[in-house]
Amino acid sequence: MKHRTALLAALTLALGAAALAQPALQKGITIAFLPKQVNNPYFTTAWKGGQAAIKEFAGVGKQVGPSDAGASSQVSYINTLLAQRQKAIVVSASDANALVPYLKRAMGQGVKVVTYDSDVAKDGRNVFVSQASADTIARDEVKLLAKQIGNKGEIAILSATPNATNQNAWIKVMRDELTKPQYKDMKLVKIAYGNDDDQKSFTEMQGLMQAYPNLKGVISPTTVGISAAARYLSGSPYKGKVALTGLGTPNQMREFVKNGTVQGFALWNPEDLGYLASYAAAALVSGQITGKEGEKFSAGKLGQRTIGKDGVVILGPLTVFDKSNIDKFNF
Amino acid sequence: MSVPNRPKRSLLGWEATILALVALALLLGSTLSDAFLTAANLSNLSSNLVEIALIALTMTLIVIAAEIDLSVASIAGMCSALLGVLWAAHVPMPLAIVLTLGLGTLAGFFNGWLVTRLGLPSLAVTIGTLALYRGLAYALLGDRAVADFPPFWTNLGFGLVPGTQIPIPIVAFVLLAALTAVVLHATPFGRSLYAIGSNEVAARFAGLRVERTKLLLFTLSGLMSAFAAVVYTFRFSSARADNANGLELSVIAAVLLGGVSIFGGRGSVIGVIAAVFLIGIIQNALTLADVPNEILTIVTGLLLILSVLGPNLSAQLKAAYGRRGRAAKGGAQ
Repeated sequence: MKHRTALLAALTLALGAAALAQPALQKGITIAFLPKQVNNPYFTTAWKGGQAAIKEFAGVGKQVGPSDAGASSQVSYINTLLAQRQKAIVVSASDANALVPYLKRAMGQGVKVVTYDSDVAKDGRNVFVSQASADTIARDEVKLLAKQIGNKGEIAILSATPNATNQNAWIKVMRDELTKPQYKDMKLVKIAYGNDDDQKSFTEMQGLMQAYPNLKGVISPTTVGISAAARYLSGSPYKGKVALTGLGTPNQMREFVKNGTVQGFALWNPEDLGYLASYAAAALVSGQITGKEGEKFSAGKLGQRTIGKDGVVILGPLTVFDKSNIDKFNF
Repeated sequence: MSVPNRPKRSLLGWEATILALVALALLLGSTLSDAFLTAANLSNLSSNLVEIALIALTMTLIVIAAEIDLSVASIAGMCSALLGVLWAAHVPMPLAIVLTLGLGTLAGFFNGWLVTRLGLPSLAVTIGTLALYRGLAYALLGDRAVADFPPFWTNLGFGLVPGTQIPIPIVAFVLLAALTAVVLHATPFGRSLYAIGSNEVAARFAGLRVERTKLLLFTLSGLMSAFAAVVYTFRFSSARADNANGLELSVIAAVLLGGVSIFGGRGSVIGVIAAVFLIGIIQNALTLADVPNEILTIVTGLLLILSVLGPNLSAQLKAAYGRRGRAAKGGAQ
């Protein structure tokens, strides 16, 4: 009797485990990365991560793509990949709509489509691997600045254009974040707009320092803005006294981190983005996921990932670049 | 392939060379990849070329008349932007298309007017309007994109003739190509283009209306660019100000490779069509074989050099051969 119970228990356990276990990732999956542009350091870095993942699950990967960022040039590549019977296409779209009919045709023939970095309309792909949510970006930025100025003092935002959709969404979340008790001593005094123009951003930063002499820190959530602002601070008496953070690329910001103008700034890690996109593609091809909300798949060193609303998988928190790690990145 | 040494046959020779190269490219493509010689791939291949092929037709006429139109891609971009703006403003599609074709015609007429009335070189004029029209495209649509075109219309750009693998726009191209070939090779108007391109002064003395002809050519080029813009917009279901960016270079490359002399007076429609497909086939075959992009660009560049070099080289060889012949004769006397 006891024996039987044990056997039954073992059987139940085994069945339960089987129900939980997903089909394993297939070997030899062909995955093609199609970035907006080849020979662009950002996409080269993403492909490095994508390639690493493909190696881990023993797939066959390649990257192809146009040297100009036109939508029409990507279309001919999609057709070519279809003719080559690739199992999955991982694409960063130059145009949210132009690729859709062609990607739909590919999906109709059983090809799995993952977008990364830049999405298409959602019926044109199975899964979108997004860099970070608007929420994460905004809250991480505030946290980063708060740390640099000891949660205290006047702050400003140097944005892109007044009607940039993503910038405004972030600013809204930042304002909300600043109402939290731990940030009660931080005061947002001004939102300036550099129009994503180097010269204009430079003069706007200069203007901020003149208009608000007590300014302790600036968030510039745009790569053009933050590098222009850093250049101004670097040559001014405020260097090292006024904190500057935001979204930038390591190559643009390296000298300012090294000369002490900037302590730390953030961006998603493109290598991880490519890595995650590869795993999403493999999970689709192997039948672990279909792109529905709530489905889970394992993404190697990035752990278990869950598909959110509209088939979006989010890479997660931003990567902070500072003196300790900036030399590991080249994009 | 023998090198023909009679001037009249040299053109035919170049065309034969291009056609032989097309056959060679097809052969090469099928050995590089099994996926190359499939109906679906050939269908995609030709579909990708259709805008270049369309604009190359009118460009052939212009270059034969010893002029050039560098603004074609900008006209296409501007027309695509207008189509988007009109559709976003709820203008019925047939009317929007007519207005778009009208804008292209007007833009081409303006080019022609500057060239003929002010006597400016078309190279300079159309470099100017290349910037002007692209600027207007951005003024119309900015960095927005209009994409919500109804499926009926986008299918005209993207779809296949029912029951076949033939892209619908290719049907329009075949009809227009036949029309252009007949006009160029079998009408007095067509012959007048060769006369103007060979020797404009002589053509004038012969009573040809050079100005009117050129004005018509540029206007037609504008209309064709607008038509290509409509095809492009529907094919990608995306109206953007940067649509067709840089297309003028592909068009001119194809026209020159097709044996049309950059100095005017020489060329044929069939040669140009063969050249459009030669470039397209090579690019498609190399892409299928995973040849990197840089190599693709280099190959296209080499083809372009060959296109200018080929006819000239054969002419020079001929001239050198002729001189030697004369020198030999002189020595004998």
